[in-house]
Amino acid sequence: MNYFLIPILQIAYKDIILELRTKDIFVTILIFALLMGVIFSFVFVPTKQNVVLILPGTLWVSITFAGVLGFNRSLVLEKDKGNLDGLLLCPVTRDVIYFGKFLGLFLFMISAEIFIVPLYAVLYNVSILDVGIPVIVILTTIGFAAVGTLFSAICVNTRSREVMLPILLLPVSVPIIVAAVEGTRSILEGSPVGIERWVQLLAAFDVIFLVLAAFTFGAVLEE
Amino acid sequence: MTEQAARLQSVTKSYDEAPILRDLNLSVNVGERLVLFGANGSGKTTLVRMLATLIKPTSGFIEIDGMELPKHGVRVRQNIGVLTHQYLLYDDLTGYENLRFFGKMFRVDHLTERIMYLAEMIGISDKLHVRTRTLSHGMQKRFSLARALIHSPSILIMDEPETGLDQEAIEILVNIVKSVKSSLIMTTHNVEFGFRLADRVGIISGGSIAYQERRDALDVQEFKKILTQHSV
Repeated sequence: MNYFLIPILQIAYKDIILELRTKDIFVTILIFALLMGVIFSFVFVPTKQNVVLILPGTLWVSITFAGVLGFNRSLVLEKDKGNLDGLLLCPVTRDVIYFGKFLGLFLFMISAEIFIVPLYAVLYNVSILDVGIPVIVILTTIGFAAVGTLFSAICVNTRSREVMLPILLLPVSVPIIVAAVEGTRSILEGSPVGIERWVQLLAAFDVIFLVLAAFTFGAVLEE
Repeated sequence: MTEQAARLQSVTKSYDEAPILRDLNLSVNVGERLVLFGANGSGKTTLVRMLATLIKPTSGFIEIDGMELPKHGVRVRQNIGVLTHQYLLYDDLTGYENLRFFGKMFRVDHLTERIMYLAEMIGISDKLHVRTRTLSHGMQKRFSLARALIHSPSILIMDEPETGLDQEAIEILVNIVKSVKSSLIMTTHNVEFGFRLADRVGIISGGSIAYQERRDALDVQEFKKILTQHSV
């Protein structure tokens, strides 16, 4: 277990130290999502009647697009000076590298979402004091970071990676985003049955995406 | 029979059906230092990347330390130290943090002591706590050498390691490679430098080993003529 877990934690820890120094990914995600939140709050004037319809969609669209920018940075940092080769030369299986990179991205996204979600609640004047919100946010972020880590590795070797990543990632992420939007809406509507269904769906997607991505990551990194 | 550190049989590597390595056969004995020369595009870097487990052969058989590749890639990587053109260091980590990260990944015991020992040996002690982005190319290369040696590998694989090094650093590199007990597979363009380290020299041309000889059977000038013939 230690042969698996310790290198994963080391890779994530290294990414956290680098991020604390460069602030590339966290700031990118945070600023982009907040800007979109402000713009959307002017475009869709929120009222008590329409806020349940508007907030979940705008929140998750913003986080999704901000996340794409963050994913792009994550693997580019490894690729730019050939550091990815340095990781590949370590005596660990490729799935360990995948889970290490995934854990780092998950933590960066969650850190940004801790600021983003409450700010959206303020902008749209909605209470988010419900235990379901963190559950939905964590499960969605796990799934999105799971596919994001894989697809950023696919795109990092392509010339137009900034364009390729959203084109490849977003269609695959649709089930997660839909479940996140519907789950958030169920919480805002106060529908416990709806929440349970979407939470189960998100958990299932998380497991499927994590397993599939970990299996395919090694093949993706092969030249 | 002498134990072999590396053995390659009929190895071929092609990209988009264009062969880079063709039916390459090579073996290196334990403790032996093999230096390969060759023109640009002869397949040296591809060979190094293949031995480093970074790419797989299209066909053929590779064995490192008695373990077949790619089947035993993880165990092979534990036994090899690789120095490439690129430093493989994180710019925004200090030299110490870089070495610590890779040392942890290689599960090195008494890591702090090992880092201090290597730093002293390679002459990087005073730069250990400086971010690597601020270091000169030569100093980054020294840290890269420390990274390659952090886990005391039994085989050193080096691709033109002298590139970017000043004379002092080259002397350090030569002394270190001679002092460690590792087998060595190295590529270079610099005949004088290669001859200082080699037990055996070889020429890679057109993707296969075109010439091999014990170094003490040759002198530099004679070898340069042979190399020129194979580079045409």
